[in-house]
Amino acid sequence: MSQNESNLHGLGAEFPSAASLMHAAEKVRDSGFRKWDVYSPFPIHGMDAAMGFKRSRVSLFSLLGGITGLTTAFALIYYTSALNYPLIVQGKPYFALEPSMPIFFELTVLLTAFGTIIGLLLLTLMPRLHHPVFNWDRFKRVSDDGFFLVLEAADPRFEKGASRRFLEELGGTHITEIYQDPDPFPHPARPETQGHA
Amino acid sequence: MRADNPASHAAFAKAAEYIDRKPLVSNRRSLSWITDHVCRIVEQPAPLWWWIATVCFGAVAALTPAMLTYLVATGVGVWGLNVPVCWAWDITNFVFWIGIGHAGTLISAILFLTRQKWRTSINRSAEAMTIFAVICAGIFPAFHVGRIWFAWFLFPIPNANAIWQNFRSPLLWDVFAVSTYFTVSLIFWYLGLIPDLASLRDRATTRLRQMIYGILAMGWRGSNRQWTHYEKAYLILAGISTPLVLSVHSVVSFDFATSIVPGWHTTIFPPYFVAGAIFGGFAMVLTLLIPFRELYGLHDLVTDKHIDNMCKITLLTGSLVGYAYSMEFFIAWYSGNPYEIYAFMNRAFGPYWWAYWAMITCNVIAPQLFWFKYCRQNPWVVLALVMFPNTGMWFERFVIIVTSIHRDFLPSSWGYFSPTWVDITLFIGTIGLFVFLFLLFVRFLPMITIFEVKNVTPEADPHHHGEHDSQGHASHPAPAKAHA
Repeated sequence: MSQNESNLHGLGAEFPSAASLMHAAEKVRDSGFRKWDVYSPFPIHGMDAAMGFKRSRVSLFSLLGGITGLTTAFALIYYTSALNYPLIVQGKPYFALEPSMPIFFELTVLLTAFGTIIGLLLLTLMPRLHHPVFNWDRFKRVSDDGFFLVLEAADPRFEKGASRRFLEELGGTHITEIYQDPDPFPHPARPETQGHA
Repeated sequence: MRADNPASHAAFAKAAEYIDRKPLVSNRRSLSWITDHVCRIVEQPAPLWWWIATVCFGAVAALTPAMLTYLVATGVGVWGLNVPVCWAWDITNFVFWIGIGHAGTLISAILFLTRQKWRTSINRSAEAMTIFAVICAGIFPAFHVGRIWFAWFLFPIPNANAIWQNFRSPLLWDVFAVSTYFTVSLIFWYLGLIPDLASLRDRATTRLRQMIYGILAMGWRGSNRQWTHYEKAYLILAGISTPLVLSVHSVVSFDFATSIVPGWHTTIFPPYFVAGAIFGGFAMVLTLLIPFRELYGLHDLVTDKHIDNMCKITLLTGSLVGYAYSMEFFIAWYSGNPYEIYAFMNRAFGPYWWAYWAMITCNVIAPQLFWFKYCRQNPWVVLALVMFPNTGMWFERFVIIVTSIHRDFLPSSWGYFSPTWVDITLFIGTIGLFVFLFLLFVRFLPMITIFEVKNVTPEADPHHHGEHDSQGHASHPAPAKAHA
């Protein structure tokens, strides 16, 4: 792990419980930080409000998926049964709503599920196997019983000394500087001069 | 509103004494105890019994591909079905397995939407059970088509005959319903697994394990910017899985109900099939969970209360099924249709009387013992009792399918179906496959949803949002200074 200043990802602090993490989050939100995050082993109810989030937009992707599913089902049945090769079976009409309902429903559900998953992956930027927070050795406990808050260096309000004091005031412990891995293939034309806020 | 001041704390503590709900995690276990206790099953060397069981059930599971190979190589004639009984054990087994899957989705979706928190310790294994049951189910109709190499005709793929699928046929609806059900169940299950796979990744002691679980966890880091979308996605999937699970067995029942065969042509079929599916599914969940809870010492997570609740659902759905049986008879009599009346009299008192009364005993009478608290509290009694629904629900499908068609409209073509050894061995093979897959699942994946169980412990309690729980009492007072 490089201790180079330009590689600083942010400052991490640990909190003893979900309660203290949420109270800290409320204060960070009120202080105007934009680039920060909290990490916990389970979703903490009320944390979205404590971080000032609006509603998740996953539902929009689900809706788009659902509309695509319904349209696909209609187009598929109508095209194959009434347009491309109309065939009389048991004297039933080529196309009718009633027998189409099950397939309308199933394809709507199927593509809603696909839409939801695609939306989730896009909005959470997953899969992303590597992230600077994984460089912090205490962070392994995030999936066990650790509660963490990270202020990122990319935020204009971030200043190493002041931010550290801020985290201390909030009750954070084990305050640690988290560094990104140095770029293994730096661009020759762009020497690493930028990055320090 | 969170109750942070000491006075209201005392009041809540007092109120809690009167209400005295048993905690969902016994013995006040800590968060890390839960992680450790569930992950240990996957991390420690497999116990001897696991090897013995896996080898035995693996051997039984191998009968499935063996019988299918024999079937394909020889022809469907090796099954006992023939005119007039053209649907027999294969479709019985299909409906039986697909029904078992329903409890998993009910637990994961419907109990989630109704905020039944006790679902958290059982939903993972129930969902796994769903997926394995649907795999077993899919085998039968696929091979029932006879010429399996033409099975792709089921899907709307342009082919040389230029004829499309008949979208007015319930059999095609079934293809869509079952494949959608399998896909959505798999997505839902995997979504729930992601945070727990991250737990396994973070605890990994070997590089290989870290890489495999790391890739499967897709870089999950428990960030609230992830959780916020995650929870929404989970809610939506639960929301669409709820009507989906009800639709699947309804569509399966349309295979029968839309025909004009007396005994099949009834409007009660969709709700009756769904109730039966949930009934049989919960019995199977109990059958699997009780031994594994003993073997892995999971009593603090899958508590007696969980078993008690599941027994009550079994009792409820068993009674619903009993109601449906009697209503079928009533409608047959009330219709005044002699063919309809004959079909039902033949069902109860004809050549298959033994199957009918086995069904009534197993599905209607046996579960009534769950009215007694003793029977719900003793896991071994429960395990013995749920064997009745497990058997009974198979008989139900057999009774519905075979007794309705073995005597059709022309007495000259009446017949009696008997299974061949291939029918029997293939069914045993799928039972082996089902248990074998479940054994692999408990070995390699966390069988309890770690992060959701943590969410129902007191540690997570002070964070109840106002909209969830107006009385969100705090068992751990928040730091005094932190209250704004």
